[in-house]
Amino acid sequence: MEIPKSFLGYKRENGRAGTRNHVIILPVDDISNACAEAVANNIKGTIALPHSYGRLQFGADLELHFRTMIGTGKNPNVAAVIVIGIEPKWTKRIVDEIAKTGKPVEGFHIERTGDIGTIMKASKKAQEFSQWASEKQREECPLSDLWISVKCGESDTTSGLASNPTVGNLMEKLEPFGVHLCFGETSELTGAETVCAARGATSEAKDKFMKTWNAYNDFILKEATDDLSESQPTAGNIAGGLTTIEEKAFGNFQKIGNLKFIDVLEPAEEPKKGKGLYFMDTSSAAAECVTLQAAGGFNIHLFPTGQGNIIGNPIEPVVKLTANPLTAKLMKEHVDCDVSKILSRKMNLSEAGDELIKTMLRVANGRLTCAEALGHREFVMTKLYRSA
Amino acid sequence: MSQPDLIIHDEKDNVGVVVIETTKKGQECNAWIMENDKTININSTNAVPLGHKIALKDLKEGDTILKYGHDIGKVVKSIKKGEHVHVHNVKTKKW
Repeated sequence: MEIPKSFLGYKRENGRAGTRNHVIILPVDDISNACAEAVANNIKGTIALPHSYGRLQFGADLELHFRTMIGTGKNPNVAAVIVIGIEPKWTKRIVDEIAKTGKPVEGFHIERTGDIGTIMKASKKAQEFSQWASEKQREECPLSDLWISVKCGESDTTSGLASNPTVGNLMEKLEPFGVHLCFGETSELTGAETVCAARGATSEAKDKFMKTWNAYNDFILKEATDDLSESQPTAGNIAGGLTTIEEKAFGNFQKIGNLKFIDVLEPAEEPKKGKGLYFMDTSSAAAECVTLQAAGGFNIHLFPTGQGNIIGNPIEPVVKLTANPLTAKLMKEHVDCDVSKILSRKMNLSEAGDELIKTMLRVANGRLTCAEALGHREFVMTKLYRSA
Repeated sequence: MSQPDLIIHDEKDNVGVVVIETTKKGQECNAWIMENDKTININSTNAVPLGHKIALKDLKEGDTILKYGHDIGKVVKSIKKGEHVHVHNVKTKKW
């Protein structure tokens, strides 16, 4: 198949391009959710991103909170942002960072005004942003404007056999076009960690990966009251035939094909070394991982599933594929790309990779994913430890 | 290219994955090795569902299970060629 050289995206002020054109209402903290949701309810064409945190966090955990908030606002799938927090200082910090992209952003704080006054002021600005964004048109953008993140979920042995290698095939084919790529899931590389580290493009990348994985493993060994066999693999994984974390890890690892990763990112960190594959230190919980990757600036996501994970994200479209014929049949409304014919050898890996490229480009051009059509907007902040 | 009953990732693997809805007890299964495109036959001792593994040789306690050509765990209860391989007879080497 000849790979199309471009897609239709929204060009942004900072030179990046989006596959979506959202106006988001971003609450800084848990207690500002009500206000943000009221604004989104008032003004059509906006979405609120409620979440559970943002108060009394400190240290690395607070930095991650800010990085996730700011990165979400900066994502090129977002046209404009309303930030609402209880206090002015943290609200302003987020607004100022998002403003560096050049996109419209305005902050509101609730203290000394109350919900109703804040909702009125923020709604007026949100209406302005929504109508402004609605006039934006899709334009031809080079493939290199795609920043593609990947994560698998509810995996089974069909994931490692077929759907994850399909993603790997897509990566191998699209890397020469200068795309950014990102995989994560620190915990689910356990058992394949040394094989994964060997894929670091430089000794620095290799060392950084092992340091990241070791830090995670030390934490598990410290906190675990039993071995992790009850959680990893999950009951769904085991039902699907996965026996051990090592088996799951080698299946997971198929997603990067034969590529090498050029750098290791902190959770929600934006890549700075240009095109190519990055590893991001993330949880293996689907919604947490995709939320972090979206905050890192990735604008389209590929999600292979075995038994049928149904996750979506409010700003980054999640394209789902499966190679499990039962999942493809029983959960059809969740599957954007069915590659189950690989198992019966009616389709080879390269054909499956081509199918996935076609599906992904249709979504990049504007086709709603199954998760978008079904209303999945899982925005889940990662929290590192308890608050003060 | 006939439809395989089992797929084996790597020539070195000692397990294969069922890719039909289920094998029948005693079924002669056609197993395709992805790495070298060869086909072998294996008798499925039990009915084993889609996605689950079957031993390609006799394995004893302490042996290593190889899949993708890599170590994915240890045998904790001896397994005969053709038997179902899963959490009842294999365990992680981590944790």
